[in-house]
Amino acid sequence: MIRVVLPAHLRTLAKVNGEVTVEVEGRATIASVLDAMETQYPMLRGTIRDHVTRARRPFVRFFACEEDWSHEMMDTPLPDLVANGTEPLLLVGAIAGG
Amino acid sequence: MSQVRVLVGTKKGAFILSADGKRQTWEVSGPFFGGWEIYHMKASPADPNRVYAAQSSGWFGQLIQRSNDGGKTWDPVDNKFVYDGTPGSHQWYDGTPHPWEFKRVWHLEPSLTDPDTVYAGVEDAAIFRTTDGGKSWHELPGLRGHGSGPHWQPGAGGMCLHTIILDPSDPQRIFIAISAAGAFRTDDGGATWRPINQGLVSSFMPNPNAEVGHCVHHVAMHRARPGVLFMQKHWDVMRSDNAGDSWREVSGNLPTDFGFVIDVHAHEPETIFVVPIKSDSEHYPPEGKLRVFRSRTGGGEWEPLDKGLPQRDCYVNVLRDAMAVDSLDSCGIYFGTTGGQVYASADGGDSWNAIVRDLPAVLSVEVQTIA
Repeated sequence: MIRVVLPAHLRTLAKVNGEVTVEVEGRATIASVLDAMETQYPMLRGTIRDHVTRARRPFVRFFACEEDWSHEMMDTPLPDLVANGTEPLLLVGAIAGG
Repeated sequence: MSQVRVLVGTKKGAFILSADGKRQTWEVSGPFFGGWEIYHMKASPADPNRVYAAQSSGWFGQLIQRSNDGGKTWDPVDNKFVYDGTPGSHQWYDGTPHPWEFKRVWHLEPSLTDPDTVYAGVEDAAIFRTTDGGKSWHELPGLRGHGSGPHWQPGAGGMCLHTIILDPSDPQRIFIAISAAGAFRTDDGGATWRPINQGLVSSFMPNPNAEVGHCVHHVAMHRARPGVLFMQKHWDVMRSDNAGDSWREVSGNLPTDFGFVIDVHAHEPETIFVVPIKSDSEHYPPEGKLRVFRSRTGGGEWEPLDKGLPQRDCYVNVLRDAMAVDSLDSCGIYFGTTGGQVYASADGGDSWNAIVRDLPAVLSVEVQTIA
């Protein structure tokens, strides 16, 4: 079980409160977690990563175990503490804009 | 009794303003999608309870929302807008080639007859269509495939397809407008398109009379006379009497012919409305006075309408999709401002009242008249 914390606007969109959890088969990576998220909450498709290129949207960042994972390869295995549900994967909207 | 529903898109959410046919007491609901930009919201003429909204943000991209109960509840539908084939390139501001990139939906135009069919005008300029109520969107590639596509260039607000007009007398005919490429028409349901810009003159262009490159801000049509079009260009108010084949200027005695909105009275096809804006470098009304100008002669001769509108220290703008009319016997006219006011006139423009004064900046206004 992977715990994921979404930005407030995406929690509203997905109609969830607090953390969400997803199940991932095999090794947990950013890509596999997002795949599971988008299957469970299809309304999130295109909001975190581009529909076509699958690239992270520029104003969304990924954090795991107090480290910025935004620029890691999408298929890099996530830390064990995230993979075993001890720590959440944080999806953060940039503090920017008006 | 008739009911009027005003659909307002703002920089920070959507609002629905409702009144009975007297249009004196208004109920405000919203914000829906708080914090998101709502570039446009429009209802199906074939089913007044079916409403579509274009919701976007710089953080999370584009969403499309759909309501089946007149805007009380909403559900997201498909938000995947992918250009057909290899996207190719258009011109960037500096004239260099720039790849076509989807940024947002500016305008949603539901079919006149089928609630599940909707056209979407997007930035970078293209037209998409759904025929399944928003479950999937597909580009009509003939527009971007027109030979002029690589020469299109963005206006200051981006290279947006912002106007879609469906011809009620001919389901194969659609008009669209792009900043800053100009106006186009299809006569075969969107398969092929041709520019309809003859008569437009844009002094900022190397060739002011070029076939494409004009910064058209908005186009309006009266349902009873689909061959007559009115246009607010960057500068100049224009009119066509042959479905866009040629245009002539009807700016007449306007204090400035720069502006964004233009619309036509519901029952008087020769009565049109604009809101003059001082200039393209000063996006506010001349002299700090917010005035709608009305022509009862299809352009050329204009009268200011200022009763109930601020006549001092007013420096708001009225954006291109932010004016609409209802179809009650005494035609109502509505417009929203970047200052968050939505003004309404229940007497054809003679007098105005603010329905609301303190919304976020208004991006679009549409009206439903419900029998």
